[in-house]
Amino acid sequence: MATNVAVHVHPVVLFAIVDSFERRNEDARRVIGTLLGTVDKGVIEITNSFTVPHNESEDEVAVDMEFAKNMHDLHKKVNPTEAIVGWYATGNEITEHSVLIHEYYARECASSIHLTVDTTLKGAKMGVNAFSSSVMGVPGKTMGTMFTPLPLVINYWEPERTGVNAVTKGKFNPKRTVNMVSDLQRVSDASARIQEMLDHLILYVDEVLTGKTQPDPSMGRYLAELIGTVPQIPQDEFEEMLNANMKDLLMVVYLSNLTATQLALSEKISLL
Amino acid sequence: MASGRGSRRTTESEATVQYVQLDGLVVLNIIKHCEEVGSELSQGVLLGLLIGNCLEITNCFPFPRNALDDPDFDEMQYQMEMMRHLRYVNIDHLHVGWYQSTFFGGFVSKALMDSQFQYQHSLDESVVLIYDPLKTTQGYLSVKAYRLTPQTMAIYETMDFSPENIKQTKMAFSKIFDEVPVVIKNSHLVNALCLEIEEIGPPTEKYSFLDLATSSVLEKNIKLLMDTVDELSQDSNKFHNHYRQVAKQNQAKQQYVQKRHQENAARTAKGEVALPEEDINKLFKPLLPPSRLDNLLLSGQIKSYCEQINQYSSQGLGKLFFAEGLQDKKQVGTI
Repeated sequence: MATNVAVHVHPVVLFAIVDSFERRNEDARRVIGTLLGTVDKGVIEITNSFTVPHNESEDEVAVDMEFAKNMHDLHKKVNPTEAIVGWYATGNEITEHSVLIHEYYARECASSIHLTVDTTLKGAKMGVNAFSSSVMGVPGKTMGTMFTPLPLVINYWEPERTGVNAVTKGKFNPKRTVNMVSDLQRVSDASARIQEMLDHLILYVDEVLTGKTQPDPSMGRYLAELIGTVPQIPQDEFEEMLNANMKDLLMVVYLSNLTATQLALSEKISLL
Repeated sequence: MASGRGSRRTTESEATVQYVQLDGLVVLNIIKHCEEVGSELSQGVLLGLLIGNCLEITNCFPFPRNALDDPDFDEMQYQMEMMRHLRYVNIDHLHVGWYQSTFFGGFVSKALMDSQFQYQHSLDESVVLIYDPLKTTQGYLSVKAYRLTPQTMAIYETMDFSPENIKQTKMAFSKIFDEVPVVIKNSHLVNALCLEIEEIGPPTEKYSFLDLATSSVLEKNIKLLMDTVDELSQDSNKFHNHYRQVAKQNQAKQQYVQKRHQENAARTAKGEVALPEEDINKLFKPLLPPSRLDNLLLSGQIKSYCEQINQYSSQGLGKLFFAEGLQDKKQVGTI
């Protein structure tokens, strides 16, 4: 019944949901599963999930609860801090069956969340929504459940950020593949991006100077801050620092290559 | 499908796995697991299938950390149960490899070789994915796939790491592992999800890996390299000692044989019975040559560290030139 909770979901959960939707049985229109995570001070963080087989027909719905329990136990072995925080379903509607399933999950945890991922891509968007349920209606007479949407935020761990960036690089590639590149390549990619951003800024400044765009004082402040972050070091001091650093790195490279050569030599000798 | 896989198994192992294709989901799962475990070693199982010359990895699940400490815990049972449940929801349940986290590239160890040997023995196309969480946190996704070369497999079967055998099979530390290129591929629906994530909450590009402070990571790397080189030199010393002892023993044997002959000559000259030729080997126990396995492993480890350092230094140099360029521009601006 809590209405002031925020839901944080990690992208790994969304990827897993889409993957299990792709692997659904022939006759199933949607997949459901359990969400695992932690609850902390009004923030529900969803970090893991697993699919639960279920059968849905016009009048009835059957969920394999034993499977759910077993899977939860197995997952608890790996990470004991993860608890059931709700369940997910693909599709963009909340049906009466969802209400039944939600009741089951409400018994498992205090305030269970229902997450929907619209894999039918209605409206050309894959909508991801989180709901919590509350009872409504006239007490004593007709009662019903209402699903209220909750604010949803995607939360990243640090390495997950890098991971998602790397994995989503292939989104405009027709083959949808991403090749692993060397570190140096990544630095050059990042510098290309920064150059792009700088080009945008220069364009904006030019337009303001020629009078095409209205000058905006807050933009001006940002730009001044940006220029200010470039450290003011006298030329020769900077050259010295740069050269010292470069010499360190070159020496390290030389030593490591020396070691590698020595090993190769010893290998050749031992095989004589 | 099953018979097709069986026939592929008989082909040369070099030709079977040309590259490894990962699903985005696998990468994120591995990242999540290692993130949760923290600074300890984390391991898990990879599931997927082999298609042509590409090993597709479509899902993975982690191994509980306390599996190694808790004696009641049955690894096989956990694996079997997990795979049974996953098969129920149509997830690929074929074991195609395993993954392990590493720090600064230090993963060449006997335990790893043992596990990988067992995997490759039962399934020829297995790979081990080495994931470096520290590098990924810094900003470079570091996931590499390795397989044991057929030479390594052959030597492991015999478990004979004596110098003679190594010379015969021409085994070298550079030929322990084969690195297999890794490609990440997403399905169309997952692609749509990627675009959606961009809209809902994009992972803001953190350019912290453009930081110029390279010394701390470099220091750690070099320290590990030095430690490994020390160990290698100790191992080489042992080897040299062994050879010196063998030489000394040979000398002593020769001396003994000579003395015997002299004595026998003297005795027959005097007309007495010659002393029996005793079995030399019983007097001088043959010395066992030390195993070269440690040498191989340490050299392989050093090679991996050197590669790490080279990569790291190259991008460090790149960043320095980058910073230089920025300073020059600034100079131009102040004029």
